[in-house]
Amino acid sequence: MTRTRVLSLSVWLLLVAMALLVVGRARYSADLSAFLPRAPSASQQLLVQQLQDGLASRLILVGVEGADGATRARVSRALAATLRARAEFVSVSNGEDASQDKDREFVFRHRYVLSAAVNPARFSVDGLRAAIADNLELVASAAGPAAKQLFVSDPTGETLQVIDQLQDAAPPRREAGVWSSADGARALLIAQTRAAGSDTDAQAQAIGLIRAAFAAAAATPTATPTTAVGPTPLRLLLSGPGVFSVDARTTIEHEAVRLSLLSTALIVTLLLLVYRSLPTLLIGLLPVACGALAGVAAVALGFGVVHGITLGFGVTLIGESVDYSIYLFIQSPHGRAAGAASSLWRTIGLGVLTSICGFASLLPSSFPGLAQLGLFSISGLTAAAAVTRFVLPQLPVRLTVADLAPLGTAAARLISRARLPWGVAAALALACALVLFHDRDRLWNRDLSALSPVSAGAQALDAAMRADLGAPDIGDLVVVNADSEQAALQGAEAVGGRLDVLVGQQVIAGYDSAARFLPSDQTQAARQASLPAPELLRSRLALVANGLDLKLDALQPFVQQVAAARTAAPLTRADLDGTSFALGADALLWQRGGAWHALLPLRATAPGADAAVDGGAADAIDIERVRAAVAAVAPDHVLVMNIKHELDALYGSYLAEAVHLSLAGLGAIVLLLLIALRSAARAARVVAPLLLAVLVVAAGFALAGTRLTILHLVGMLLIVAVGSNYALFFDRRAADHDPSALPLTLASLLIANACTVIGFGVLAFARVPVLSALGATVAPGTLLALLFAAVLAARRVPTGASS
Amino acid sequence: MSATRRLAAALMAAALLALSPAMMPRVAMAQDTTPYASPELDRLMGLLAQRRHGEADFSETKYLSLVKQPLKSSGVLVYDAPDHLEQRTTEPKPQSVVLDHGVVTLTIGKRQRVLRLADYPQLAPLIDSIRATLAGDRAALERVFQIDFDGSLDHWQLHLAPRDAALAATLKRIDMRGERDAIREVEVLQGDGDRSVMSITPRE
Repeated sequence: MTRTRVLSLSVWLLLVAMALLVVGRARYSADLSAFLPRAPSASQQLLVQQLQDGLASRLILVGVEGADGATRARVSRALAATLRARAEFVSVSNGEDASQDKDREFVFRHRYVLSAAVNPARFSVDGLRAAIADNLELVASAAGPAAKQLFVSDPTGETLQVIDQLQDAAPPRREAGVWSSADGARALLIAQTRAAGSDTDAQAQAIGLIRAAFAAAAATPTATPTTAVGPTPLRLLLSGPGVFSVDARTTIEHEAVRLSLLSTALIVTLLLLVYRSLPTLLIGLLPVACGALAGVAAVALGFGVVHGITLGFGVTLIGESVDYSIYLFIQSPHGRAAGAASSLWRTIGLGVLTSICGFASLLPSSFPGLAQLGLFSISGLTAAAAVTRFVLPQLPVRLTVADLAPLGTAAARLISRARLPWGVAAALALACALVLFHDRDRLWNRDLSALSPVSAGAQALDAAMRADLGAPDIGDLVVVNADSEQAALQGAEAVGGRLDVLVGQQVIAGYDSAARFLPSDQTQAARQASLPAPELLRSRLALVANGLDLKLDALQPFVQQVAAARTAAPLTRADLDGTSFALGADALLWQRGGAWHALLPLRATAPGADAAVDGGAADAIDIERVRAAVAAVAPDHVLVMNIKHELDALYGSYLAEAVHLSLAGLGAIVLLLLIALRSAARAARVVAPLLLAVLVVAAGFALAGTRLTILHLVGMLLIVAVGSNYALFFDRRAADHDPSALPLTLASLLIANACTVIGFGVLAFARVPVLSALGATVAPGTLLALLFAAVLAARRVPTGASS
Repeated sequence: MSATRRLAAALMAAALLALSPAMMPRVAMAQDTTPYASPELDRLMGLLAQRRHGEADFSETKYLSLVKQPLKSSGVLVYDAPDHLEQRTTEPKPQSVVLDHGVVTLTIGKRQRVLRLADYPQLAPLIDSIRATLAGDRAALERVFQIDFDGSLDHWQLHLAPRDAALAATLKRIDMRGERDAIREVEVLQGDGDRSVMSITPRE
């Protein structure tokens, strides 16, 4: 006995030490990428990379509200100036003149390589005449005083041509010289962080800098004297992917801490009432602690990285192991026969095995978060059960528990009255199945946003700010893959040519392309070659000027600048630095590894703009026509995709996969019970209450109009995993023909179930959808599983007891 | 990338027509306005303000240093109080400028450009001066111009001189002549000597 004790305890301590070592050296990741899929198809991979660290993930939208327009503009300028000086930000745009000046200068200086209108015909006598006559009209218009100064340098209007090429949407409104919302009540800025959006720590730091800069700017006394009516205080609004991940992390951390403190307090109180002994309580929690340790260590070894979310969920999942020690303490008081103890361990062991079967079905999931949860739970449960079995009984502590016989007897009496005939159970199952069948088309939520921890209010603010900036969420996209920057740009130009045709046909309203402000070298050279030599240009101009009554001398700047443009070095990415086109280039052209990608986001025709859009389905791009149009360019290198569709499809495939895996897990559990119990009838009695509980919970969600997500599915798996322990205990009691043990069994199961229901019930009130989905499924599900197991098993209590 | 959809374009859009910066001094609106005490001007403004709607034929001659011959054009002006003004040119080529609630829509041939007047401090005084005069909006005029009133209500003249030095470099002055609540002539003299004269004949 002593040798066993020494051996058990030293092996245990050794394992704990090893696990601690692994856990201490593990890498932890706090971002939400656990719920982004890993390595799917090439286009999806691109998408996921973009979501994680593409330019979009690096943008923070900033709004300033309150006070008056002039004050908001001042704060906007001060905020931009402060943030531009920080290395954490690549750029800060707020529409003020200084940034626009750089853009104008860039367009003006490079107009002859940027303008798509530049070709040999444009600079023939006829071409020049047509272009110059056209621009002369602008000079003669009401806008003339502004236009004529440009005219002498650019009579063919290439600057305006480039601006037209680049202008695709309504510009943001400007108020007091800076961007504002459409109603003028909010100043707007866009900050681009250096760190990727998935780097939540860096994003949190950037957000902190913005808040500090705003506080400083808002604190500066206003230049204009304060009016009698006190102005509304200035308010800072932030949005964007980085803001969302930081908020989500804060919320999850906050909720995890708050809720787990609450449920721990409740469970500890309950257990203290039951055990009436602090040492027993602490020892009772030991398996959970060891299980969590083993779980983290296993995930760290298996995945290299432990996701924060795994940690949070996992500890909840192996909360099931609190039950083991409860069974142990309550059901095997001192002096119990060895046979009964070994029977208890067989039952616990079988319960652990069924749980493992359930969680094993998560292991092959392509959702990294689910796979980690599976591994965490399996290793955690195994460790917890092993500690309960081999370590707890060896501890040199006298375990005491309160006498629970009265509670158990009362419960037994209640159950004996509330028997559920199998026919009724079958009818209930059928009714639930009918509800589910009726709602089969809207049972699952196939929208990835169902998992989003971003509140509806925050999403609405984000949408409003994007709309004001003329940058709504992206829908459809053409991607050109190439092995060099130049090849990507050439591909983008070729695709752009096809898209121009679609714009003409009103299939799409427009598109963006990096080639618009960074044409390929090949295109630039062709445009330069279209420009005539100075003498030739001058002689052609003389002919044109005469016909148009123009004074030739006035156009001298034009001749000089064309001459300079002919021999200028090609425009490169570096030339964009300092302009807002740098932001565009980073968004639309990027490199990963050796591969270059050019993105061409498409814009749908405005609703009601034209009936030519098929079926009047305005606002939806006919993606097949786009596909057909760009197919000829380079089928292997060009992808056409709808981001939301792609993401939802991705999520849908994971959901389908999870459903299949769960069914496989259920099958494995049934098989295991068949083998272990050696009786189809007993196996059926164990499984029936669990399935019934799952059916009732699922039907409840359907009736309440809640669509199920992947987390509900995990919850159902958990109902089976936890509930199987209850059903197995009832099965054991029934098989043992030992009616005297029933009250104690009931008491232990009630306590264990209360702990589970408290733990998950608290989770159901979380504001984070993934947490509340899990809680709302497991809490009622396990309660029902216990109830069904009890009322269905009660009939099996030998007749001798009831007389 | 979603956030930058057409971002570059949006950023550029404000640059539309506001051309090379070096050539175009920026205009700051004068903060303090000292009202020019004139009961006649007040009466004229009051008279103009009463007019809710008007239509008139115009013919304009522009004298530009770029072009050897003066450019002549003609068409219709339509005004609806207080902030809708249209200039529809029919000769020599159709063209229209519509100012509505501070937004200008410029249509030349098939091409249409929409701009917020507030974004174009160089253009705004030119286009808005006629609207403000028609609306009898003395305060709006005086924010930008020093106003001189000459003559009588029956035959008046307004001389508008920009208060801001930067604006004065591109726009020397605007002279208007009118009879009671009708403007009959607008003459604009630009900083570089270019000049335009618009004669207006009310349709009623």
